[in-house]
Amino acid sequence: MITLNANTPARDTADITKKYKKKSQSAEVWHRLRRNKAAMLGLVVAILLILMAIFSSTLYDYETQVINQDIPNRLQPPSWEHPFGTDESGRDILARIVYGSRFSLSIGFSTVVFALIVGGTLGALAGYYGGMLDNILMRIMDIFLAIPGTLFAITLVAALGQNTINLIIALAISSVPGFARILRSSVLSVREVEYVEAARAIGATDARIIMQHVIPNSLAPVIVQSTLNVATVILTIAGLSFLGLGVRPPQPEWGALLSSGRQYLRDYGYITMFPGLAIMTTILALNLLGDGLRDALDPRLK
Amino acid sequence: MNENMNNTNEFALDMSDLVVEYRTEDGIVQAVNGLDLQIEHGSTLGLVGETGAGKTTAGLSILKLVPSPPGVIVRGSILLDGEDVLKKTEKEMEKIRGKRVSMIFQDPMTSLNPVMTVEDQIAEVIEIHNEGGGKPLEKAREMLEMVGIPGERGREYPHQFSGGMKQRVVIAMALACNPMLLIADEPTTALDVTIQAQVLEMMRKLKEVQNTSMLMITHDLGVVAETCDKVSVIYAGRVVEHGTLEDVFENTLHPYTEGLFNSLPNLDDRKAKLKPIKGLMPDPSNLPAGCVFCPRCNYACEICAEEKPKRLYRNATHYVECHLYNEKNILEGGVIGK
Amino acid sequence: MTEQLLKVNNLCKFFKTSRGMLHAVDDVTFTIDRGKTLGVVGESGCGKSTTGRAILRLLEPTAGQVYFEGEDISALSKRQMRKKRKDMQIIFQDPFSSLNPRKTISQAIMEPMIIHDICETKAERMEKVLELMDVVGLAQRLVNTYPHELDGGRRQRIGIARALALDPKFIVCDEPVSALDVSIQAQILNLMKEIQEERDLTYMFITHDLSVVNHFSDDIAVMYLGKLIEKAPSEELFLHPTHPYTQALLSAIPVPSIRKKRERIILKGEITSPIEPKPICRFANRCMYTMDICTETEPELREISPGHFVACHLCER
Repeated sequence: MITLNANTPARDTADITKKYKKKSQSAEVWHRLRRNKAAMLGLVVAILLILMAIFSSTLYDYETQVINQDIPNRLQPPSWEHPFGTDESGRDILARIVYGSRFSLSIGFSTVVFALIVGGTLGALAGYYGGMLDNILMRIMDIFLAIPGTLFAITLVAALGQNTINLIIALAISSVPGFARILRSSVLSVREVEYVEAARAIGATDARIIMQHVIPNSLAPVIVQSTLNVATVILTIAGLSFLGLGVRPPQPEWGALLSSGRQYLRDYGYITMFPGLAIMTTILALNLLGDGLRDALDPRLK
Repeated sequence: MNENMNNTNEFALDMSDLVVEYRTEDGIVQAVNGLDLQIEHGSTLGLVGETGAGKTTAGLSILKLVPSPPGVIVRGSILLDGEDVLKKTEKEMEKIRGKRVSMIFQDPMTSLNPVMTVEDQIAEVIEIHNEGGGKPLEKAREMLEMVGIPGERGREYPHQFSGGMKQRVVIAMALACNPMLLIADEPTTALDVTIQAQVLEMMRKLKEVQNTSMLMITHDLGVVAETCDKVSVIYAGRVVEHGTLEDVFENTLHPYTEGLFNSLPNLDDRKAKLKPIKGLMPDPSNLPAGCVFCPRCNYACEICAEEKPKRLYRNATHYVECHLYNEKNILEGGVIGK
Repeated sequence: MTEQLLKVNNLCKFFKTSRGMLHAVDDVTFTIDRGKTLGVVGESGCGKSTTGRAILRLLEPTAGQVYFEGEDISALSKRQMRKKRKDMQIIFQDPFSSLNPRKTISQAIMEPMIIHDICETKAERMEKVLELMDVVGLAQRLVNTYPHELDGGRRQRIGIARALALDPKFIVCDEPVSALDVSIQAQILNLMKEIQEERDLTYMFITHDLSVVNHFSDDIAVMYLGKLIEKAPSEELFLHPTHPYTQALLSAIPVPSIRKKRERIILKGEITSPIEPKPICRFANRCMYTMDICTETEPELREISPGHFVACHLCER
């Protein structure tokens, strides 16, 4: 190409960057994820569940359909009117499951977000700086890890009072060490890679190195862990509710549904079966998605 | 003693027109495209080329070890002392691998089992092929001595050995069953220069003692000059030039071979500017239609982009595939000035 | 008289291991003049890369000083050192691990400019990125590609562009071509040489490949087990290698020619452990001329002819 006028700029930078637009990395991850059928199934189910949770109030009226007792219609088997039957107080089980997804999923996700932020920060610091800080932080994590999660949650809820916030805090604290450990080990290996040294060589500060170079390259295992952890937390809440320490009745949390139906297990098995299926489906979907993400997030796998 | 001497076949290895492809979702990678290799009994052939030229795939095909899927041997024949490897069953191959043909890989660190003593690993190979009957452990120690490691160190584990010693152990393992052919895939690339010199020297001596034929896969023309009798220069899965050391080093015909020589810093003239080959290796899933080297060649003309060059012989041992030559001018020793 | 750019004084870098102190770099002293190239050769584990990193304080030196343009940079605070990095850069060996896989080419080259506040607007920076890509021979269409989409040679060009982004005066090149194919190696070497001439750069060129270092450097320093054992102008070193190790090293280069056969010196044994070394000549156990004194005291670096330094008891008589 010949430039006729010396004053015209040799090139238009905006033009060039636009012309060779960058492929976003999320698009590539999406492309790889789409090839994994099991993961896609998990994703579709997870999205349906989330939609269900969001629109549950449009589908059912909480006051009249979900918690309103209707004793004459109690313990009805599945029918057109009540596809999943009714429970011991005559409430529609489907309505309660649909509404219950709100509680289970929101508690599950917020617990994981909380644990991820706290555990992730601690793990990243411990992994990046190492030495004393690493030792102190990780020994504290070990102490928490030594206490069984459910037992810890029971104790905390019993001590602080039974409400949703306390429940989330209790569950999150017991998930923190897991996240801290995972991020620490992945930071430890990324820290040694040459591009981190390269960043230091161009004068980047520690904060910049951690945020720009270390964390983005250490996140893959954590993202996978998160999806799996949501499943675990849902299971734990269900367990706590089953023991009567989770969500208070008449709120339709899945574990609580399971718990309330247990007296009728022999004659009216569907009361426990359908909430159980809901829990199983959710966990299966999240696990499939988590496994698929693990493969899709590795930029070297093509 | 030496069974290799009274063979009826002239060649230890006679590979002709080998085509290997890797069939992946993103397309077909043509790793080897009609490769011909011949090694006489007791001699060493250097296979020289760059990353992605198909050197390693060619080596693996001889043992039928090309990972499949995605690797597929499309056509060709590989005669080991007259027998076609490609017609053998997996069971028959197991008997050939390690006994008649063995292979040394580039990285000695990963080819040894970290939880077995060194002598046990060598003995294992001997046991599998029950060579020499009775005492595999004794033979293993003998092999260690042969590669210059004191026999009593055989009781140690690989991590107690340095890189150069590990590569010696790997060589001892490869030679334990007195193979007819040794395939060495970049055997010294991971080693330091002084250690490389030791190992090359040792390999040369061993080869003489055992009369083993060797396929030396390397990118280093210096190593070729030290160890080989003949050279095949491979580019994009095809031999573009082949001949004795003297043919290829002194009467270079192919522009790619010339480019390789010019890319090397000259030890005697340090101010000489390097003349690299322009451009990059072609994408093996989308090779040029004509001569594969055409896009990078300084001498390319129209015909090069359209037609694949035919093989032309300068003498009985030296051939080239390049449009620069015809029956007449090739006898004059080539167009390329040194 | 040429101007001294870098002066390294008694530099030491020790690492703590479970079996004692590992002397990676032990009492190394040398200088590099502005616009020149010092080649540092040696085998794996001889401390050549550690020396490079200790000079740039990517590893904190255990002892010794590094003077850059007369200023003792080993005494600078972390913050001051970060500023100084503008002048001192590094090119890494492995073009695969030295680039963040989640950053595009332009992001990688732009990052140093963002850190050091070069250029005011994003467009100006982008302009400079494209200019640098031109300099190192990267096509503009690659501007938004990711490293894993490129081959080793192109990745190494990114590494060079990133180092040049700050207009440094001094670059440590840590085996910049060892991971590349011969034909690509020559391309990169030529490129680095051109850039050096254009920008009056000073290189410290670390490599294990003697033919490359001979081609590239004005002076060559040979290291063995953390010690500098010989330093001389390249021509002098190749004509009159004096230390027995240097002689063996030179003779071990495989020569791509069938005419010129070198007399081979095959060394016995292998490199010994650099952990808690005794104060004797570290090469004594492999040397072909070992004398009693070699296993008694450590030889000192002495100037045997102008610019030619050797640490060997053979030269002391």
